[in-house]
Amino acid sequence: MQAEHLEILDFLRRWQPFTELPEETLNHVATNVEVSYFKAGDRILEFGAPVDAWYFIRSGAVEVYRRNGDLYNRLSEGGYFGEFGLLRHKLTRFPAVALEDTLVYLIPDAIFSELFENNELFADFVEVEDRTRLRHALARREDANELMTSRVESLVTRAPVSMDIGSTIQAGAKLMRDEGVSSLLITDSSADDREDLPSHKARMVGVITDRDIRNRLVAEGLDYATPISKVMSTDIIHVEHNQLVFEAMMAMLRYNIHHLPVLKHKEPIGVLALSDIIRYESQNSLFVVGRIFRAHSVEELKVLSGEVRSCFSRMVNEDANSRMIGSAMAVIGRSFKQRLLELAEEKLGPPPIPYCFLALGSMARHEQLIVTDQDNALILDNSYDPNIHGEYFSDLSDFVCDGLDACGYEYCKGQIMATNPKWRQPLRVWEQYFSDWIEKPTAEKLLNSFIFFDLDAVWGKSEWVEHLTNLISRKARHNSTFLACMARNALLRTPPLGFFKDFVMEHSGKHTRSINMKRRGTAPLADLIRVHGMAVGSRSRNSFERLEDIIEADILPTGRGQDLRDALEFISMVRIRHQALDLEAGREPDNDIEPENLSDFERKNLKDAFQILSNAQKFLKYRYQPGRAN
Amino acid sequence: MFYLGRDKVAEAETRLPGSPEVPEWSERFATLAQQASNPHLKRFYEAGAVAGETPIADVPMLSIDFETTGLDPQKDDIVSIGLVTMSLDRIRLREGRHWVVKPRADLRNESVVIHGITHSEVEDAPDLTRILEELLDLMAGHLMVVHHRGIERPFLDAALRQRIGEGIEFPVIDTMELEARLHRRRPPGLIDRLMGRSSESIRLADSRGRYNLPYYRPHNALTDALACAELLQAQVAHRFSRDTPVCELWH
Repeated sequence: MQAEHLEILDFLRRWQPFTELPEETLNHVATNVEVSYFKAGDRILEFGAPVDAWYFIRSGAVEVYRRNGDLYNRLSEGGYFGEFGLLRHKLTRFPAVALEDTLVYLIPDAIFSELFENNELFADFVEVEDRTRLRHALARREDANELMTSRVESLVTRAPVSMDIGSTIQAGAKLMRDEGVSSLLITDSSADDREDLPSHKARMVGVITDRDIRNRLVAEGLDYATPISKVMSTDIIHVEHNQLVFEAMMAMLRYNIHHLPVLKHKEPIGVLALSDIIRYESQNSLFVVGRIFRAHSVEELKVLSGEVRSCFSRMVNEDANSRMIGSAMAVIGRSFKQRLLELAEEKLGPPPIPYCFLALGSMARHEQLIVTDQDNALILDNSYDPNIHGEYFSDLSDFVCDGLDACGYEYCKGQIMATNPKWRQPLRVWEQYFSDWIEKPTAEKLLNSFIFFDLDAVWGKSEWVEHLTNLISRKARHNSTFLACMARNALLRTPPLGFFKDFVMEHSGKHTRSINMKRRGTAPLADLIRVHGMAVGSRSRNSFERLEDIIEADILPTGRGQDLRDALEFISMVRIRHQALDLEAGREPDNDIEPENLSDFERKNLKDAFQILSNAQKFLKYRYQPGRAN
Repeated sequence: MFYLGRDKVAEAETRLPGSPEVPEWSERFATLAQQASNPHLKRFYEAGAVAGETPIADVPMLSIDFETTGLDPQKDDIVSIGLVTMSLDRIRLREGRHWVVKPRADLRNESVVIHGITHSEVEDAPDLTRILEELLDLMAGHLMVVHHRGIERPFLDAALRQRIGEGIEFPVIDTMELEARLHRRRPPGLIDRLMGRSSESIRLADSRGRYNLPYYRPHNALTDALACAELLQAQVAHRFSRDTPVCELWH
């Protein structure tokens, strides 16, 4: 047949995975298509029956079933089925029935196999296991943004320049000039007996930077012959060679430093300077954070909330992954809190007793996006006396929470805020709260308090948070009743089955107009990962880091941890991208997504991700039963 | 295909199935094979026609469509031919063909507007005689499927008479007539007229819509042949069965 048969060609061209095929291949496919009509109710494929073609729906709707009769999928125009059978013994594995009068284009087995063998993108798309397709989809996207996901190592262009601690500062400055560097590593060859270093290696004991020479030498009027040891910084913050560049960025922000030694197998392989990163990342959250700390009033901070949104959009446009965006947004959120607390202390005077301001939930997990409410709390020193200190901390909390609301972090509807006296308590009360939740758990009680199990220190006594984290990790791990209650709550929110035309398909067969990506996707995933994380004693806060701990502890069936990671990443990115689209269109971003706004690619992969979540929930239910040893 | 004209011609030819003038085609083909002098035509008849009681599911078919210079087989001629082999279960595009041929009648501007085949295209096209052998070989052993039998059969018959001095006969399944059996059986009743309802259109695109078949751009002979093939599958699925004897469907 001649290629001028455009109807079929034009149709195929509109749908994944044909969009990826070269014109010539597409012609070849179109000229070999076979066509079949099925009226509503007709059985298209029976279980076990031979299958000789791949079914692509031209019009109508088809339901695909599992062998046990459960609905597996409902497909409409552009949907396809039959690949499972074709790839395995040419026998139907998932029976299919026409739901409406349906016309299908059949791609004969020989053509399908040819495409599958010769075309990687095509094979990725129709891969036997849905989850494999999801992983390929993610991998391809990451290929496209090498820069944002690169490792620290890739920015290291030269070996570190180092000098012995016995030298003078002038000798050090000369070396820096000659080498054209802005920092020096200082080593001590006499300290080589430390057991954590090979004996022939000198130990890195300090760092000198341009800034140190200005601030500690010139400004102080010290002699140029001053020993280098008097000027260098000794509390060395470093990064590992295989950490991500954005993690190095976050470390610089957190500790307000511009140079980070890069270590590989405990040996320095270079120094990463802020300017190196800026060269890569000319636009990033660093600038927003810088402006937050220079703001002098809540009014000035309020102005910056617009900048936060453009920073978010910029990161999305630059193809940052969800972990980087979540982390950057959390750092920005933290910075608002920190600056507000500084301003509060300026206004109210120094705190009468030590305290620690907490971030809870998504901010603590470093999974914050732009549509978020504030979840926070205060830990006070055990010497807290409400009669003496009560007013100060109440005012402080009001100042911070009002300020956050003004900056776009809405008040928490569940009143989980430092302004609520219940969540503004001395450390010993917090210990009691956690002990009570873990040792006398009920599902109802935990439903309102699970957010406290994601906690991070924002300001003040961060060691108290460490203390509480240790307490949780110790008590929760082997308490099967507690884990079972947490697991039960983690099953309350479930994903939908997938999409059908412009509707969201529920497992019940019902249709809805839109889906809340947080409630039905990222939140249940985070909940589920939290339970597993607690069971393995993970002290990580981020869901991806928790997953790494879970995978290492090997409590999931092989490969399922990686699947969860991919599912979390994909659902998060869909949520993120749609918020960015809302911003672009001048709409107020939200978590609701209408299927009509999803691309074909997103629909197919989201369906896979929901499937992974759904299966993981079944496993969770089975694994955490009260009284069962985990 | 010429929808506008076909509607009009259809009324005259519509008849109920099973009426006596349906010939027993397998016998008729045997006779015609004896009489034919053109070797290609002879071969076509020798391939035979299925017996009238054969279930439709067992019949190899060929959906065929012509674009023509006009509606009168005696004055007008064929401009393009599209065909695709099919069975009740599968339509196979791999075994489809599309030709533009040079008509011996004038290509009028009105028809150019419809099928989009221009004067310069037909100037370079071969005469029907050049593709006749291939066409007849493809038709051999197949039951022809058309949307309105007033076009393809009479036009091919006239074209062969003009070129090889003998005509052609064969049975066809007419999807338009199958549709007309449903919708033109009785005139619109009083209620229908009061409600402003007119009788259903049996044009190809409208008929397809009733079976949830997709819209295809009309007037490319190959697309129309495919559209007609799909329509037959849908009509049999809804209103007949796999076992329906072919004599209830053909003419």
